[in-house]
Amino acid sequence: MTANSTVLSVQDLSAYYYTLNGWVRAAESVTFDVEMGQAMGLAGESGCGKTTVAMSLLKILPRGGRIRKGKIIFDGEDLVPLSENEMRKRRWKGISIVFQGAMSAFNPVYKVGDQIAEAIKTHESGVSKADVEERIAKLLETVGIEPSRADNYPHEFSGGMRQRALIAMALAANPKMLIADEPGTALDVIVQAQTLKLLRDLKDRLGLSMIMISHDLSIIAETCEKVAIMYAGRIVEYGDAVSIFKNPMHPYTQGLIKAFPSIKGERVRLTSIPGTPPDLIHPPPACRFNPRCPYVMDICKKIDPQLVEHGEKNHLAACHLY
Amino acid sequence: MGQDPSESTLPGHVDSEEVLKIEDLRKWYPLRRGFFETLLSRDELNVKAVDGISFTVRKGEVLALAGESGSGKTTTGKVLLRLVKPTSGSIFFQGKDITKLSEKELKPLRREMQIVFQDPFESLNPRMTIKEIVAEPIRVQHASANEAELEEMVKKALSDVEVVPPEEFLYRFPHELSGGQRQRVAVARAFVLGPSFIVADEPVSMLDVSIRAEILNLMVDLVKKSSASIIYITHDIALAKHISDRIGVMYLGKMMEMGGSQTIVDLPLHPYTQALIAAVPVPDPESKRTQNVISGEIPSPVFPPSGCRFHTRCPYAHTRCTKEEPALVEVEKDHYVACHLYT
Repeated sequence: MTANSTVLSVQDLSAYYYTLNGWVRAAESVTFDVEMGQAMGLAGESGCGKTTVAMSLLKILPRGGRIRKGKIIFDGEDLVPLSENEMRKRRWKGISIVFQGAMSAFNPVYKVGDQIAEAIKTHESGVSKADVEERIAKLLETVGIEPSRADNYPHEFSGGMRQRALIAMALAANPKMLIADEPGTALDVIVQAQTLKLLRDLKDRLGLSMIMISHDLSIIAETCEKVAIMYAGRIVEYGDAVSIFKNPMHPYTQGLIKAFPSIKGERVRLTSIPGTPPDLIHPPPACRFNPRCPYVMDICKKIDPQLVEHGEKNHLAACHLY
Repeated sequence: MGQDPSESTLPGHVDSEEVLKIEDLRKWYPLRRGFFETLLSRDELNVKAVDGISFTVRKGEVLALAGESGSGKTTTGKVLLRLVKPTSGSIFFQGKDITKLSEKELKPLRREMQIVFQDPFESLNPRMTIKEIVAEPIRVQHASANEAELEEMVKKALSDVEVVPPEEFLYRFPHELSGGQRQRVAVARAFVLGPSFIVADEPVSMLDVSIRAEILNLMVDLVKKSSASIIYITHDIALAKHISDRIGVMYLGKMMEMGGSQTIVDLPLHPYTQALIAAVPVPDPESKRTQNVISGEIPSPVFPPSGCRFHTRCPYAHTRCTKEEPALVEVEKDHYVACHLYT
């Protein structure tokens, strides 16, 4: 892993939402890199800031959301200071996103093919109609849908096909990087496995870089080379997937891995992490996991732990235990 | 009992006494059609949500019903509680056929049968206090002599589900509680009358992963303590393996396989069960899972495939499967499979 193969480098990124009760610190000091042709997994519970990070990368935060500080260096260029117009040129061509909820991401009154065509036409001026049609056919084929189905409306597609079509749409302008937000979560296990297989194939075939967002650690384990575990807006552990799953360092990661029973092996009593995720308007002081941590010490309530390496290469954890 | 609580959730002593016996149960929902369509064809169309299943629920056991959405698990749960009327077949609850009973005759039995719904954000009335929510079954069944006794019962139910101290929660509203606490209240409501049979319909799928286990362990402990039985409806066969005693796998309204949970997951016999288990992601980046994911999606329950319903997606399908429907037979002790490969 050399520095020049890094496609995306997020440095010290903080994104807050403004509410009447104060700023919601949804993502704080988030730092990670994504290498060319690799997949990075962003894992954590709901409300931990995964989706906020994804939306910040494309600068599509909803109203009230703001990037407060940090850099998003994509392809050698910082995206944070760019204007809306300049940003538009980079979306879809540079980074594109597959949103969660395949069932409702399409507009029900337009044909699927027309919706993909819209993506192509908006981002590339001067493509002929025949070209667009050819490209749609090819895109649908890439994701395993019969090209003639482009004339169907979304309701004529099954859940799995909609998810595939959505991926085809995200690939419309040949992006370098694909963000998949909870791919297949609303789908059945078998269809979800089909979707993951497709994403993995696409990554290898097209040399895509990917960010995979999921609350399901098993999905991340299967598809990603690198993992960042988020808790309450912060990355608590970051590094190579193999190393993190084999030897989780942060107590939160340990708890999260234990909360996912493996289908293999003996039956065990399930374990959970006591307590609930914190309120992000008034997060706990210092280490945000301290109220739920089984190994909490005095220092955890006073000093914020830094995300640093502890012995193993490419495996960082933010915890005072080490 | 001075028993180690960790033992109580593992498969252990399950009475062979039957609480519930289901015979050839069907639930078809008629399809509503337009006026002109009915002129064109007289045939009635039905969504065959549950289409002829038979099984028993034993006393004190956790029975998981697993399958994809559209397999009829939720409908089965609702029919068992007589929340919807079955189309045909019979349900024997403690030896008594409850399929033909009127609502009035059912009311005393409702004390014994309860349900925990999937979404704690919708299953609790936002305008009722926690006390009123938990007290409602007691009031409906006139199970308490006076207001003081009622409050005691509510407090006990809340402390049983670890919503403590209960006094602090009695007069709160559901929106003041977290998702996990809400689901605990829903569990308290189900258990307050000491039922002998509970249906839990995906009770943790809306909750955060880190607190799912707590709620499941709590329910299983309550069930084991009161030797009630529970039907746990889920799509997550990995979780089902760890908390249930037996698993039944459903597909398009049919029971495909049923047996002890360890056996079903480790040595599945039916090709559908095998596919379902192969599709579960494994939390280990080094285990390169077999890439044989079966193709296609669950067919329409209005026109289910002929013969074995799984033959359209089955990798081992042969001509017999398209014509003849396999029966659910016992291939080894306590392990039932409906597949021509084993007959």
